[in-house]
Amino acid sequence: MTAVEAAPRAGGVLGTRLRRREDPALLTGEARFVADLQVPGTLHAAFARSSVAHARIAAVDLSVARSMPGVVAAYSGADLSDEWSPLPCAWPVTADMKSPVHLPLAVGKVNYVGDALAVVVATSEYAARDAADAVVVDYEPLPAVVDLEDALSDRVVIHEDLGTNSSYTWELNPDQGAVDSAFAAAAHVVSARYVQQRLIPAAMEPRGVLVVPQPFGGDYTIYSATQIPHILKVMLALTAGVEETRLRVVAPSVGGGFGSKLNVYAEEVAALVLARKLRAPVRWVEERSEGAQSTIQGRGQVQHIELAAAADGRVTAVRVRLIADMGAYLQLVTPGVPLLGAFLYSGVYDVPAYSFSCTAVFTNKTPTDAYRGAGRPEATYAIERAMDALAAEVGVEPVEIRRRNFIPPEAFPYSSVAGLVYDSGNFVGALDKAVGLAGYEQLRADQARRREAGDRVQLGIGVSSYFEMCGLAPSRVLASLNYSAGGWEAATVRVLPTGKVQVVTGTAPHGQGHETSWAMIAADRLGISPEDVDVLHSDTAIAPYGMDTYGSRSLAVGGTAVHLATERVLDKARSIAAHQLEVAEEDLDYAAGAFSVRGTPEKAMPLAGIAFEAFTAHNLPEGMEPNLEASTHWDPPNFTFPFGTHIAVVEVDTETGAVRLVRYIAVDDCGNQVNPLIVEGQIHGGIVQGAAQALWEDAAYDADGNLLSASLMDYLVPSAAEVPSFETGSTVTPSPTNPLGVKGVGEAGTIGSAPAVLNAVVDALSPFGVPDITMPATPERVWRAIREAQEARK
Amino acid sequence: MEVSMTVNGSPRTDSVEPRLLLVHYLREVAGLTGTNIGCDTSSCGACTVLVDGESVKSCTMLALQADGAEITTIEGLADGDELHPMQEAFREHHGLQCGYCTPGMVMAAVSLLKEIPDPTEAQVREGLEGNLCRCTGYHNIVQAILAAAKAPARAAS
Repeated sequence: MTAVEAAPRAGGVLGTRLRRREDPALLTGEARFVADLQVPGTLHAAFARSSVAHARIAAVDLSVARSMPGVVAAYSGADLSDEWSPLPCAWPVTADMKSPVHLPLAVGKVNYVGDALAVVVATSEYAARDAADAVVVDYEPLPAVVDLEDALSDRVVIHEDLGTNSSYTWELNPDQGAVDSAFAAAAHVVSARYVQQRLIPAAMEPRGVLVVPQPFGGDYTIYSATQIPHILKVMLALTAGVEETRLRVVAPSVGGGFGSKLNVYAEEVAALVLARKLRAPVRWVEERSEGAQSTIQGRGQVQHIELAAAADGRVTAVRVRLIADMGAYLQLVTPGVPLLGAFLYSGVYDVPAYSFSCTAVFTNKTPTDAYRGAGRPEATYAIERAMDALAAEVGVEPVEIRRRNFIPPEAFPYSSVAGLVYDSGNFVGALDKAVGLAGYEQLRADQARRREAGDRVQLGIGVSSYFEMCGLAPSRVLASLNYSAGGWEAATVRVLPTGKVQVVTGTAPHGQGHETSWAMIAADRLGISPEDVDVLHSDTAIAPYGMDTYGSRSLAVGGTAVHLATERVLDKARSIAAHQLEVAEEDLDYAAGAFSVRGTPEKAMPLAGIAFEAFTAHNLPEGMEPNLEASTHWDPPNFTFPFGTHIAVVEVDTETGAVRLVRYIAVDDCGNQVNPLIVEGQIHGGIVQGAAQALWEDAAYDADGNLLSASLMDYLVPSAAEVPSFETGSTVTPSPTNPLGVKGVGEAGTIGSAPAVLNAVVDALSPFGVPDITMPATPERVWRAIREAQEARK
Repeated sequence: MEVSMTVNGSPRTDSVEPRLLLVHYLREVAGLTGTNIGCDTSSCGACTVLVDGESVKSCTMLALQADGAEITTIEGLADGDELHPMQEAFREHHGLQCGYCTPGMVMAAVSLLKEIPDPTEAQVREGLEGNLCRCTGYHNIVQAILAAAKAPARAAS
């Protein structure tokens, strides 16, 4: 492991490897996840779900379920259809986007295996599940639409009222003529089709919700394993028809999300409606195999990418056409996921002409939605795989093809052909560092030796230079993409009368360590110990405003909001100190938590003293309000653009097709680092999720729409035994977008790693003439690819 | 049916449904919710506890099968306010993020060092094969366990 080069900043706290304050409660079992909450009188809900992918519901018989011990109530979708509105989709990407009605419980028709169609409420979890199993459904099966290209054909239309399986077509085509002429004049053209298999996010904590009504006040507290307590509150008010003022949403300890808890789910709406109807607390906790089908899945795209290049390998145009799998319905941001990638298919390269088109289709499968990276891993995979193909076509090294095409450091801020302004970057710097850390020349020599010797186990080296847009972002830009929410974040900083500091944030951490990092941000600016700063979050009664945590936005937007609110607190403190010390504000210095008079340092007021003065309000400047508190709602002026280069080293057993990831080198640049310990942890986890897409994970469906990998026995989430330790480094190119100079790191590892690993596998097989392997590169696929290439050469 | 066992040093006897899983007994009956449930196929290891000193996925056995056993859960590891050396090592090396797999991972790690007091990295990785983590990429978990193995005395106790 190499040392991180982030320079500590002025206050001495930022940039340090402070151990996390979140950890003791999590390490001792004291932390409370939703399933740990015990409220007297709680009823347990269990859902009956469709066992077929596509069918009309002829009848739902609840009589047996209702008669079972402990059962309080059982309802079909028809029984509750007056209780709720359809589940929300907040990203209608085009004006004519087709969106089917998506009720929390299906009525009349089921559209995927796992589609909820009835709910049972009982006095215990075991009783509820027994009774849900006893719900009898009479199905009239219809043909299932599974394949994306088949879905496009409209051979079978899933939602008859829409008349087609196509939800929308979205295009980004700034200059078609430029693209056409670049391809006409190209010395080299690469044309590739890549499949982004579906992935199951598999956060270790399954979803869960507990709704506690207070029937006499009409209020509800909703405890949910969610990334978005604030957005959820608004959406539950709209969907369940409860006034927003009656709802309090709390996300207690949340065990990971990766996008899967960035949603408004049927079970959350149902639990609220059932608690209202039954006037009792109602709880539902997902089973893992249930979640494989009822929690959103990620990816699910067929990508066609073409590169035009000059004779020396300089890319002159990129043309992309996608088919994106929406699944059976549109969840909260399902349609927008491909758009998050749409601006990134030209990668880190200086590409003069670009066109993009995406057609989204419905299938009889679990809905897709944002999963770690959301659109950006897909885009990065396509361009980075295609760049390797171009390198082979031109006859240069993968590293060299990238060097020839990089946007140079001096070009920033850089206006991309897709219409974004990239804030800052030094792509060649990250590449150089990764190449150095990897000992790249040595690796190539080892590879050459093994090839020469005809070793059974061949070495593959894969390079991926990524960047991404995160810190979602200026609300006006989001509006131009028809995104229904803003990109701002809220923060309040208050210095209590005893001098302790409270930070209130609108972000909703679920593993990212915001309590530690936000305390560091405030403490650094205030010149106090982070231990004196408390961070409150994830409860709409305590933190009423927020846009929550997703899309690597929390630090760049929410952390910056904390910084700005801290500045305002300091401004107010300075006014109070100047007033009481009877000097001009500009004659005050601030250091180590105290204002002092320049030239007369014994005349000083510590922050705690100022806070107490603000609290008593006995002697404040004329017209100043009491208390030392400030809030901000910050809307950033631009996205942030983290980047890096990853190098994967694999061994491929050419007899069995088995791939082993033996080394992984990652150099990432997320701007200034608040806490390098946390940054590295985010990168490590991201690398494994991306490598898992490349090598192991696959939410595969059979032709009838049955999920073949519905449990952790079949869906191959890697263990420690499958991955190596990582060699990480970083470069630091501060973002000019925010005063902290930070960019975001939550998704970077995942974005960089899938193409690096797949490039390595294909690189290992290049002597055999294997041009591509479809993800995941299972032993069978690798073995077949080698054999097929050998047959073709005979 | 009646079942008796010692949980974190305290003996208890309860009347339980015969099909009640040990993990549900610990969480719902004994009120020890630190042991988490992450799957329904005994794949993830989030529910790992020590049964008579051996690490066991508590979803793989019935409460009745633990009759007469000594159970240690994550709540039984720290000594008052003092974290167990394995817990301390996880904190020091940032071996947890969301923390959901952590109780099971820590219990598995304690058991691992009991069996192999001075493991290689490969032995740690093999030993953790039954415990899944989605956040850390395992790098820092492995570092934490290797460091705990070097720390004196209580890491495997």
